[in-house]
Amino acid sequence: MDPRLLTAAVVVVGVPAVLIGYIVATEQVLRLLPERHRPRARPWLWLLPALLFLFVFLVYPMLNTIVLSFQDRYSVGWVGLANYEFVFTNAATLGSIKNNVLWLVFLTGIAVGAGLLIAILADRVRYESLAKTVIFVPLGISFVAAGVIWRFMYAWRPPGEPQTGTLNAAVTSLTGAGPIAFLIEPMINNFALIAVGAWMWTGFCMVILSAGLKGINPELLEAARVDGAGEWQVFRGIILPLLLPTIAVVSTTMVITALKAFDVVYVMTNGNFDTEVMANRMYKEMFNFSNFGRASAIAVVLLLAIVPVMLANIRRFQEQEALR
Amino acid sequence: MREKHRTALTWFTISTVALLVAAACGAGATPTPSPATPTPGATPTPAETPAATPTPEGKIGGTVSVYGTWGGSEQESFMAMVKPFEDQTGVTVQYTGTRDLNAVLITGVASGILPDLAGLPGPGQMAQFAKAGKLIDLSTVLDVPKYTSETSAGFVGLGTVDGTLVGVFIKSAVKGLIWFNPKVYTAGAPATWDALTAEADRIKAAGTTPWCVGLESGAASGWPGTDWIEDIILRQSGPEVYDKWVAGQQKWTSPEIKAAFETFGKVVAGDSVYGGPTAVLSTNFGDAGNPLFTSPPGCYFHHQASFITDFFVKANPGIVAGTDFDFFPFPDINSTYAGAVTGAGDLFGMFHDTPQARALMQYLVTAEAQSIWVGRGGALSGNKNVTNYPDETSRRSAEILANAKVFRFDGSDLMPEQMNSAFWKAMLDFTQDQSKLDEILASLDLVQADAYQ
Repeated sequence: MDPRLLTAAVVVVGVPAVLIGYIVATEQVLRLLPERHRPRARPWLWLLPALLFLFVFLVYPMLNTIVLSFQDRYSVGWVGLANYEFVFTNAATLGSIKNNVLWLVFLTGIAVGAGLLIAILADRVRYESLAKTVIFVPLGISFVAAGVIWRFMYAWRPPGEPQTGTLNAAVTSLTGAGPIAFLIEPMINNFALIAVGAWMWTGFCMVILSAGLKGINPELLEAARVDGAGEWQVFRGIILPLLLPTIAVVSTTMVITALKAFDVVYVMTNGNFDTEVMANRMYKEMFNFSNFGRASAIAVVLLLAIVPVMLANIRRFQEQEALR
Repeated sequence: MREKHRTALTWFTISTVALLVAAACGAGATPTPSPATPTPGATPTPAETPAATPTPEGKIGGTVSVYGTWGGSEQESFMAMVKPFEDQTGVTVQYTGTRDLNAVLITGVASGILPDLAGLPGPGQMAQFAKAGKLIDLSTVLDVPKYTSETSAGFVGLGTVDGTLVGVFIKSAVKGLIWFNPKVYTAGAPATWDALTAEADRIKAAGTTPWCVGLESGAASGWPGTDWIEDIILRQSGPEVYDKWVAGQQKWTSPEIKAAFETFGKVVAGDSVYGGPTAVLSTNFGDAGNPLFTSPPGCYFHHQASFITDFFVKANPGIVAGTDFDFFPFPDINSTYAGAVTGAGDLFGMFHDTPQARALMQYLVTAEAQSIWVGRGGALSGNKNVTNYPDETSRRSAEILANAKVFRFDGSDLMPEQMNSAFWKAMLDFTQDQSKLDEILASLDLVQADAYQ
C-alpha cells in the first residue's frame, strides 16, 4: 500500500481524535483538582495546545532568528553587530530599505485612499454590491498569479513591433508615443510594482471601510443635511471622524503588508533595476547565498520596524475595549 | 456503573490517540521518497518491457526522485532519456523542474528533505554540498575508470571535490557561438573580433542593427551577459587572467575586466542592438534570437551556447539547421590566445544512496542514455562515445568542444553564489546605463572581497 494513504488516514482520523481525546483527558485531569479550582484551571488547560504551538512555531523561531543575527553565515561563530552593520551600510540593502519606504507610503496611501473613495461612492449607487465585488476580486488571486498577470499587462516590445502588453498597446495607439518599459525604467518601475500591490489590496480596504461606513447612524447624516451641511462638510465633519478608528486599523494592516512585500517583486523583476525590497534581500541572503547571519539580521530589522505599528494597534484595541 | 463505563471509554480514547500519534510519528520520521524494498505492485507487466534488453540487475521497481532546472522541451528530452531506463528496471523517475533549483537544494540541505538525484547549479555550489557531506561518493556507484576514459578530463576534474568524484556531466554545451542566418548573412566567418566589428559596422551603416541580445531569465536574469564577458576576457586577456578572475584574485576594476565590459558595451549600445538596451533587458534569452529569422531581419548575429538551437526550432517552425541558421565560433580577439573555448554542462549529483538512484546514475553516464538527448537536439554529450548528432551544426559544435586548445568552464558558475548573483545584476545595470561602469565594477570589487572569504 502507498505509505501516503496510511499517512492521510492517520491525519484524517487521528487529528480530530487527538483533539477530542485532549478535551476528555483534560476533564480527567481536572477531576483530580478540588472543585473550586477547576473553573480557573480549565481555560489554561484548553489554551495549552495553542500556546505550545505559538511557542514552537512563533516565539522560538523569533528568538532563534535574533540569536542567528549575531552569528556568522554558518551560524557557528559570534560576529557581534557585523550583520547589522552590513544591513545599514551595504548599498543593496540600503536601496531595499528605501524601496520599502516607498511601498509603505504609497501602497498604504493608494490602497486606503482609493478604498475609502470607492466605499463612499459605492454606498450611493444601486449596483453597490456589483461594484464592490469587482474591486474585491483581485484579493482572491494569489500574489504570484497577480505578478504574472501584470507582467503581461506591462509587457514591452521594441518600437515598431506589435505591442503585446495591454498598457503599451494603449499608450502607443492612443498617444503615438513609444512604448514605456514599465518594469525597467527607473522612477517608473517601483510605482508599477506598487500599483500591482494596490490593485490587490484596495478591495480589502474598501470592504472594511464600507462596513465601518454602514455602522454610522444614518440619522446623524440626515440631521446634518437637514441643518444645511454640504456633502463635503458631511464627509469632513461626520464621516471622517467617525471612520477614523477603522481607517487606522486598515492603515496599520497595509503598513504591515507593505513591509512584508515580496511575491510581486520576486515574480516581476526579482529585485533588478533597483526595485528590491527587504524581504527579497532577505530571501537572497538566505536561500541563494546561504548567509544565515545577514538574512536573520534583515529579518530582525523588519521585525523591529513592525513592532511600533503592532503596539499602536494593540493600544487602540485596548482603548476600544475600555469604551465598551 | 455509568461512571466506570465512562472511564473505560476515556482510557480507550486516550490509548487510541496515543497509538495514532505514534503511527503518525513513525510515518513522518522516515521520509523515504523511494522505498528501499521493491513493491510488487510497481513493477510493470512483462508486456511493457522490451524483451531484447535484459539487464543483470533485472527489475528493481520503486521510484527515484530527481530535481533539475529543465522545463519545457528540455524536460521532455530528459524524460525521453530516462524512458528506456524506466522500462528496463521498472523504476519510476519522479522529475521536478524548477528555475530556482539553488534555493530548493540549499533549503533541502538544511532541512534534510532532498531528492535522490539532482542537477547541481554549478561546481561552486556542488563543492559546498560535498563539503557538508551531503553528496554520495560516486566512486562507490560508478565504474570510475570507465567514466574517466569516456569523459573529457576537464569535466571529470570539475565533478571532483578533494579527490572525491561527486558530480558527473550528463550533457554539455559549448558557449560563445555566434549564430546567424545563412540566407541573410553570406560574408562567412570573420577570423578576428576586429573583422566581426567591421562587419557589424557595415550592417549598421546599411540601416540594420547587427546584434540580438536578450538577458531576461527570471530569477537568473543577466546570465547571458556574463557569458559574453567570459568569452571576451578569455580571448582578450587570456586564460591566466580568466582563472585569476574566477578565483577572485583579479579585481573587477582592473583594466582587463573593464576592457571586457567596454567591448560588450559596444554590442549593446543603442544603435548596435535590436530594440536598444531596453529590448536587451526585457527579452528572454530563449526568444532573443528570433529576429534573425524575420523578413527583413531584425539583426544579423546572436551570441549564445549550442543549446539555443532547440529554442530556434521550437519558436520558428520549419527552420532547418545549416540552411536557416548556422554559427561561427566566437572569433579570436588577441591572437596570443587563439583557439580558446568556453563551455558548460549539467552536473548531476546523488543525495541518497538507494538501489534505484544507483541504477539511474549508472544509466545516465552511459553513451546509450546521452545519445537519446543528443539525438533530440539542443545538447552535446558529456560522453565522448556519443556521435549521433542530428545535424551538421550540432556535430561541428561538438567538434569545437573536443578540439579546443584552451578550454574553460563557464566562469560565473564557478564563482561563489553571491558573486555570481552580483555579476548577473551588474550585466543588467551596465546594459541599462553604461556610464555607470566604474561604479558597477567598484561594487563588484566589494562583493568579491566579501564573497570569497
